[in-house]
Amino acid sequence: MNAFITIVHRDLLLVMRRKSEVLTALFFFVIVTSLFPLGIGADTALLRKIAPGVIWVAALLSTLLGLQRMFAADYADGTLEQLVLSPNSFTALVFGKVVAHWLVCGLPLVLLAPVIGIQFDLDAQSLKVLMAALLLGTPVLSLLGSIGAALTLGVRGGSVLMSLLILPLYIPVLIFGAGAVYASSVGLDITGHFSLLGALFILALAFVPWVSANAVKIAIE
Amino acid sequence: MTATNSSFPTSAVATLEARAITCVRGERELFSGLNLQVLPGQCLHIRGENGVGKTSLLRLLTGLASPEAGEVLWNGHSIKKDVSEYHSQLLFLGHRDALKEDLSALENLRMYAAIDGVALSEQDAFNSLWRFGLKGREDLPVNCLSAGQKKRVLMARMLTRRAQVWILDEPFNALDSHAVVELQGLIAEHLENGGLAVLTSHQPLAIPGLRVLDL
Repeated sequence: MNAFITIVHRDLLLVMRRKSEVLTALFFFVIVTSLFPLGIGADTALLRKIAPGVIWVAALLSTLLGLQRMFAADYADGTLEQLVLSPNSFTALVFGKVVAHWLVCGLPLVLLAPVIGIQFDLDAQSLKVLMAALLLGTPVLSLLGSIGAALTLGVRGGSVLMSLLILPLYIPVLIFGAGAVYASSVGLDITGHFSLLGALFILALAFVPWVSANAVKIAIE
Repeated sequence: MTATNSSFPTSAVATLEARAITCVRGERELFSGLNLQVLPGQCLHIRGENGVGKTSLLRLLTGLASPEAGEVLWNGHSIKKDVSEYHSQLLFLGHRDALKEDLSALENLRMYAAIDGVALSEQDAFNSLWRFGLKGREDLPVNCLSAGQKKRVLMARMLTRRAQVWILDEPFNALDSHAVVELQGLIAEHLENGGLAVLTSHQPLAIPGLRVLDL
């Protein structure tokens, strides 16, 4: 537990010392989502309709930008070997890195979402649903993404390969995340969408850290 | 005030042993049927030409890689059996320094202490850094230190890690002659306290209890 907290703390500290890397991903999210209203114009009905999809796709892509960093730096300087050799569970340490990634690349998206949503003329109820869906969905993105980041460690041109590996896995999150916001805007029941997002989250939480930890071990060997 | 090698829980039969291990990298067999045994107080110096498999052997001994055949034993049990017990007694330093460039020497030390599950007081951390001539540089980011100074941070980590088994890959690289003597002293101190060490190096070493293995 102590080691888990240390890893989260260390990764956040490293991000604070190199802010530019994280800010790039966040600015990417803000700019991509702002381009749509600018390009489409003041057709509020259309904007409201495309808002959930656009915001979610931008969230997927900006999560992807930060993923490359998750293990690559530690791999390059040999830290990952030291983590494998720690007497503490390596799975817990990998989970710590995923949590740090979410705090840096996922949580800010949840907090930015209302501001972005206003550009798409979403009403207060839809904004709340959008935030809740992102809050439940972005951890799944970080978790699933860690598998891709681990599998492409040390591979040349790994980031493109990682996108190809991971984006298809993001499809269920995209469908139910965007679906929840759309359903709420047309007055349909949203509990189904949230149950499925919750189920994805729990499943990912249960298996992904272990899978990623083993993928990293293979990459190191 | 100088920090000294703190004691670690020594077990009576602390032996690192390799039985008939075979190492294959890619298509090539580097060595096969290799046996070795290191007892407390002994240091095994592995020598050989470049590419002969020194680093690969060290990685097999740490458990980072698995041998193609044979097994590595710690206290008579295969290291695969209780990995975390073995790793709690192991310090491995590879040729990459594994220090975070953006963190200071002190932060690096404390981070590793927490990850390795070793209690490290602020004073001990400072003392170990001071012992290796890093006084006044504790709070500098590691990327402001020279290659030799980074090695000195690693020496401070060796001191604070309290591991019984040290596996060191080319620990004398980038060190000045004074630091080479210091590191040899540190290893000798470790052996005196009942520790054991396996290392690779291209230079002759003056450490009591040294045995040489030519690959």
